[in-house]
Formats: sequence, structure tokens, C-alpha cells
Amino acid sequence: MTRYFKQAGYALGLPVILLTGWWVASAGSTNPFWPPLSTILEAFPTTWTMDRIVGDVFPSLARLGIGFGIAVVLGIVLGTAIGLSPSLRALSEPVLEFFRAVPPPVLVPIIALFAGYTGWLGKIVTIALGCLWPILLNTVEGVRGLEPTLTDTAKSYRLSPWRRLVFVILPGASPRIFTGARQSLSIGVILMVISELFGANRGLGAAIVQFQRTFAIPQMWTGVIVLGLIGVLLATLFKLVENRMLAWYVGQRQIERGA
Amino acid sequence: MSPSSATLTPSSRPRTATRSRRPRRSRDLWLGVTGVLIVLAGAETLSRTGIVNPDFLPPVTEMYASLFEMLGEGWFWEALWLTVRGWAIGLAAAMALGIVVGFVIGSSAFLRKFTNSTIEFLRPIPSVALIPLVILIFGTQPQSAFVLVVYAAFWQVLVQVLYGVADVDPVARDTARSYQFGPIRIARSVVYPTALPYIMTAFRLGAAVALILEITAELVIGVDGLGRELGVAQSSGAVPETYALVIVIGFIGVAVNLLVRLIERKALWWHPSVRSEQS
Repeated sequence: MTRYFKQAGYALGLPVILLTGWWVASAGSTNPFWPPLSTILEAFPTTWTMDRIVGDVFPSLARLGIGFGIAVVLGIVLGTAIGLSPSLRALSEPVLEFFRAVPPPVLVPIIALFAGYTGWLGKIVTIALGCLWPILLNTVEGVRGLEPTLTDTAKSYRLSPWRRLVFVILPGASPRIFTGARQSLSIGVILMVISELFGANRGLGAAIVQFQRTFAIPQMWTGVIVLGLIGVLLATLFKLVENRMLAWYVGQRQIERGA
Repeated sequence: MSPSSATLTPSSRPRTATRSRRPRRSRDLWLGVTGVLIVLAGAETLSRTGIVNPDFLPPVTEMYASLFEMLGEGWFWEALWLTVRGWAIGLAAAMALGIVVGFVIGSSAFLRKFTNSTIEFLRPIPSVALIPLVILIFGTQPQSAFVLVVYAAFWQVLVQVLYGVADVDPVARDTARSYQFGPIRIARSVVYPTALPYIMTAFRLGAAVALILEITAELVIGVDGLGRELGVAQSSGAVPETYALVIVIGFIGVAVNLLVRLIERKALWWHPSVRSEQS
């Protein structure tokens, strides 16, 4: 019992101190940019109404989900193909090296040329393209780094190429694929927000900038907090999926560490 | 945890058959050059034949013509300098802060437990959430970019340093203690060498993120630099120039990656991961 209390104390101690600090320090604040925390919290329910959640938050998350999904599928398919063929890898390596190094936000003006930036298409393409590279490159590395014993065994048991792919190659590469997907997800969130700063329609990023332009400062703060919460939520969700799908890997590593 | 270890161990598989290496390598080089040429020629053809509207995708030759034109102009070099400077200062600040805080927190079990939940909560907050805030406070001054860069890179560095400090071999630590090393000496000769590979990983991740946020700040907020020029070129319809700037920014990214790899190899020359690559 006391152990749980102790753990809870460790987990909640600092956040409580920090929030109290913020509350006290900002309590009498007259600085328009730093409104009291109480004002921000009061503005919360009136700002993030059902209408706003459905109209701004959901479309943003939907675009992120679609873009990220496309990037995962494309990244794994292309990455596996490139990882399995040394010639294809040599052929594409310098090109990939360049595209990986391009900071994803510069895609926004380019895609704006093609698709315009008011609709969903441009935003989804931005997110998908930005998320693609980390997944693709990590998949390549994951496929390349497969234990040679594994692939040789699969070969000598005459597994068909398809079964080899499904039972040996993809599971073997999955820890790296997840590493790439995690990097991609945080890039995706950045691009989700940035893509909405350009197109003037609705969305989470658009809403926050709207608050800032109209000097609705407490509302803007609530937006910053909502974005932060979404970031934390997505990271937690990702960790849950990863822990489930990579349970074998986590266990294996623990055994290796213990030995 | 998986991210550090996965990114840390570069192909530790021993190279087979040294004899076949040289022809292989030159063949790979030629294939790589061919790949680049295929992409360039492909883009050129798509645009010249009008399969893709040349208003959207100008021929590659035009992009490079406009790129070389820019190389002769003062504003280009100034913008380039501002971007690189903003990136370097932000990254340096984030590294210094991350390493110091990481060593302090990492060396105390109490602090580690006490700060864990807060770090896990603050880390995934996207730094772009701070954009409206820095616009209000700093406007288009370079400080706006600085805040975003430091915030984004700091967490990457801190988390890696924490892994690194936690990775110290308990036997080595106890040995140092029984030889009565002081805390500073332990930090320098036991903790630091263990943490150095992680610090290098942090440097690599942080450098990339810092560049992303520097460009974002310039593009979105209007802080002076290449990103702002890119936004201006695009909204004024100077399409070849837009592409030329994207190419330049891409090359900065490539240069950053190469620089990081070079420093990593220099700093970790004694480490097995680097030594096995060379032997």
C-alpha cells in the first residue's frame, strides 16, 4: 500500500509543484500575454465546445491519421523492397539521403503550388511526405540488419518468399520500423499544425492562430494546452500499440540485459 | 529502451571478404550516381513534355539556373548565414542545457524518479504549439526561432543523456568509488565515456530537429533566413526560385548530416561501434 503511495507521490509531486507555481506566479498577473492560470482554465469550457471539437480538432486528427497511415504503408513497402535488394539500395541511397535531409516544412510551399492549400489534399500530402522518410529509412535498416542465421534458416527450410516476408523479414525489422514510426509521428504532429497555418480554413492550428491574431490570449493559451495534450495522448497511444506488438522484443531485450 | 540502442549500433556485422570490397564499392558509387541522374532526368522530362504543368514543376535545369543566379546575390548569402547561425546557436544551447540537466538528474535516483512523469509529459508536446506564444512575445526577431529550436532539441538531448548516464556499469562505478574518486572525477572518467555515444546520438537527433524548427520559424513566423525567402518566393510566384531554395535547404540538411557523422567518428574513435566499421 505504502509503495503505491510512494510511486504516486513521485509521479505527481513535481507536476503539482509546477502547476501550483504557475497558478501562484500568474495569479495577479496584469501582463496581457501571461494571463492568470485561473483565467485560462475558465476560458477552457467556453472555447473548446462540442462544435469546435467536431469542426476543428477532429478534421486535424483525421488528416494526421490518413497522412501517417499512407506514410506507414508506403514506407514499409518501399523500405522492404529497397532493403532486400542491394542494387536497388545502391541506386536509391544518394537520392534518399537528400530527401531525408530536406526539412519537411519546406514541402508546404511546393505542395501549395500543386494542390493549393485550402483543401484536405495538400495537407494530407504534406503530412504523408514528411512522415515517409523516417519510416522508409528505418525499414531499410531493419531489413538489412536481419540476423543472417534467420534468413539462412528460412531459406534452407524452403519457405516461400511470401511466408519469408510475413514470418521472418517483417517481424525481424519491426523494432526499427517502430523507431521510425515514432519519429514520424512527432514530425506528423508538427506538419499537421504548420499545414493549417497556411490554408485559411478550419483546424486546430488555424484556430490557435486565429486566437492569437485577434488577441484572444486566454483562448490562445487553451489552444496551446490542447495541442500539448494531443501530443501526449498520441505518444501514449503509440507506446501502447508498440508494447503490444513488440512484446516479444521487449522481453527478449530484458533477458539479454539480465544475462 | 529501444530508440537509443536501435540508433546506436551501426552495422556491427563484420565485413565479409575484404577482397571483393573495392569493386563492389565503386559499383555502388556508379549506381548511386545513376539513381540521381534518373531522378533529375525524370523531373526534367516530366516538365519539358508538359506531363506535369511546368508552372508547378519547372525543368530541373531552370531550377539550377536560378540557383546559380542566387549564388551571386548578397541577400542569399545573408539569409544562408542567418539560418545556419540560428541553427547552430539553438542547437548549442540545447546541447549544453540537456547535458548539464541530464547529468544532474541522471546521477541521482531520487531526481530521476521525481522528474520522470514531468519529462514524459513535457517531451511529446509539439514545439509548434509555442508558435503563437513566441509571435506575441518576440515577433519576427531571431529569439522566436531560438525558443522553438531549443525547446524541440532539448528534450531529445535530455532523454538520450539520461539513458546514457543510466547505462553506466555499476561495477565500474563502485570501483571508482572504492578508489575514492570524487564526484567530479567519477563524472569525468566513468560516466562521461559511457554517456558519450548517447550524447552523440542526441547530437544527431537534435541537429536534425533544430534545422526543422529553424526553417519552420522562418517560414511560418517570418524570422529572417532562407525559410522566409522561400515563403516570399512562393507567394510572389517565382517558381524556379522556390525550388532552388528548397534544393539549397536540402543541401544544408545533407551537410548537417555529414558534419554530425564526422564529429561522431572523431569523438568515438575508441568506441567498438566505430572501430568495427573501420577494421
